[in-house]
Amino acid sequence: MFGFSRSQYIAFLVMVALIIVSPFVLYPVFLMRVLCAALFACAFNLMLGFVGLLSFGHAAFFGMGSYVTAWTMKNWHLDAFFAIGLGGLTGAVLGLVLGYLAIRRSGIYFAMITLALAQMVYFFCLEAPFTGGEDGIQQVPRGYLFGFIDLSNDMTMYWVVAAVFLGGFLMIHRIIHSPFGQVLKGIRENEPRATSLGYRTDDYKLIAFVLSCGLTGIAGGTKALVFGIATLTDVHYSTSGEVVLTTLLGGLGTVFGPAMGALIVTSMENYLAQAGAWVTVIQGAIFMLCVLAFRRGVIGEIANWRKLTL
Amino acid sequence: MITIFGVPGPLLFGQLLLGLINGAFYAMLSLGLAVIFGMLNIINFAHGALFMMGAFVAWILLDSLGIGYFPALILAPLIVGAFGVVLERTIISRLYKLDHLYGLLLTFGLSLVIEGLFRNAYGSSGLPYRIPDVLQGATNLGFMYMPNYRGWVVLAAVVVCFSTWAIIEKTSLGATLRAATENAPLVQAFGVNVPRLITLTYGAGVALAAFAGVLAAPIYSVNPNMGSNFINTVFAVVVIGGMGSILGSILTGFGLGVIEGLTKVFYPQASATVVFFVMIIILLARPRGLFGKAA
Repeated sequence: MFGFSRSQYIAFLVMVALIIVSPFVLYPVFLMRVLCAALFACAFNLMLGFVGLLSFGHAAFFGMGSYVTAWTMKNWHLDAFFAIGLGGLTGAVLGLVLGYLAIRRSGIYFAMITLALAQMVYFFCLEAPFTGGEDGIQQVPRGYLFGFIDLSNDMTMYWVVAAVFLGGFLMIHRIIHSPFGQVLKGIRENEPRATSLGYRTDDYKLIAFVLSCGLTGIAGGTKALVFGIATLTDVHYSTSGEVVLTTLLGGLGTVFGPAMGALIVTSMENYLAQAGAWVTVIQGAIFMLCVLAFRRGVIGEIANWRKLTL
Repeated sequence: MITIFGVPGPLLFGQLLLGLINGAFYAMLSLGLAVIFGMLNIINFAHGALFMMGAFVAWILLDSLGIGYFPALILAPLIVGAFGVVLERTIISRLYKLDHLYGLLLTFGLSLVIEGLFRNAYGSSGLPYRIPDVLQGATNLGFMYMPNYRGWVVLAAVVVCFSTWAIIEKTSLGATLRAATENAPLVQAFGVNVPRLITLTYGAGVALAAFAGVLAAPIYSVNPNMGSNFINTVFAVVVIGGMGSILGSILTGFGLGVIEGLTKVFYPQASATVVFFVMIIILLARPRGLFGKAA
């Protein structure tokens, strides 16, 4: 099912088992943070790992998803399902517009363009009245899912977040292993050849970008719901940088890498919270270390060592 | 009072001057990025952090050694440039065989480290740097009062930008550099030490950023975020201009600064985003940038 190989199947079962067991051992709010970051990184990896395009502006989709979910929950008292769905839709629509502009260039230009466009979204959020400027949207109620599941309980919320993450994870896995995903990998490896085979590579890239941004919006919306807050940090370019680090550290172009990266990066932030600005220094140093000596990432190294596909 | 399009003259010229100053920084930074990209095929994400470092080195020179503004204008670029040479030799040179994206990621990590270290040491509130006595005060130009320091910044930036252009386009060193950009193995076959040329190019590009940082120190407060505030806009400038031409980078930088200044007068809400709007228009009309070569 879902095109898992044997090793991936085992890894998936281990991951699900961890997701089920961990809230009884660890603080559920921390785990929800990990799961949101993991979905964000998986969605990002769809672009960088499988299409080979580095988006340095994914914070725009994460942040806008987060704002829209928070705003609709607070002002329209929507059902959590629709609020998160609207967050995802916002990410996808924004992704369609910005992606349409950005895919005109590739390589480092793509990275610079997405960074600049996301910076524009950041300035928009800074000025626009509905985002609450520097304060953000605070005290967002978690509300109800499907009208009857009360999300104010942390454990209930945890299972919902876990379901959202697994849904997104399986969807991405399915996308990667579909014929569509094979074309994406073909474009990554040799774009002119894909073009000569008759594929409209720009359309493929744009569809992948929209899917990635939609899932990113869902991750942002879920995060806003869990913490009851949507702020400028979510749209800031440091968030874009962090998701790149997460994916790189976990393992670029692997299926399980981004989730592993999210676990490491989020734990690091959690336990180093007192260290203040040193967190940035350590993150930067890890970034450089990854690029210089550790380009496969944690999962990529394990896969390479055991000769597995993960 | 003179009014132009219903706007008081002094306000218009004042904002134009501010625009020119921002444009001067865009020009110097995007020029450095273009020179580095031409030789190393790397987008130097740490450019903003090195710009900030230039300002800090000037501040430290004044604060702890009592070395003033004008010596700092030469010393700071040399110190930061030397730092850049060390970086290139020890770290960046390991990436030339890899995808360009790794260079971007490495220098991004580098900028996090540099900014984080300065934030730890000096906080993020910003330190004042006094305008040197010679450049204090303002001059009456007839249509407006121009603060002397701001005039000096524009002048210095223009001189530095065009000297860089002249070195690259008109000297034999520049000719070697341009040849190596086109075809490095061939130039190496002629006996030119290309790796050293690459190192020096990176050092020079970084020194240019540091020079801009020293110029910026008295205008903006010296703080660890001053580079990252600039660099995102500079990337948009680079996309608009395309990295194919030195003169193009300079013109685009100044031009966009002026456009930003004018937007501040006529439609202030959009002043932070106008550069990005221009970028969108350029992407739609001419994706390779105003001065870019066809891919």
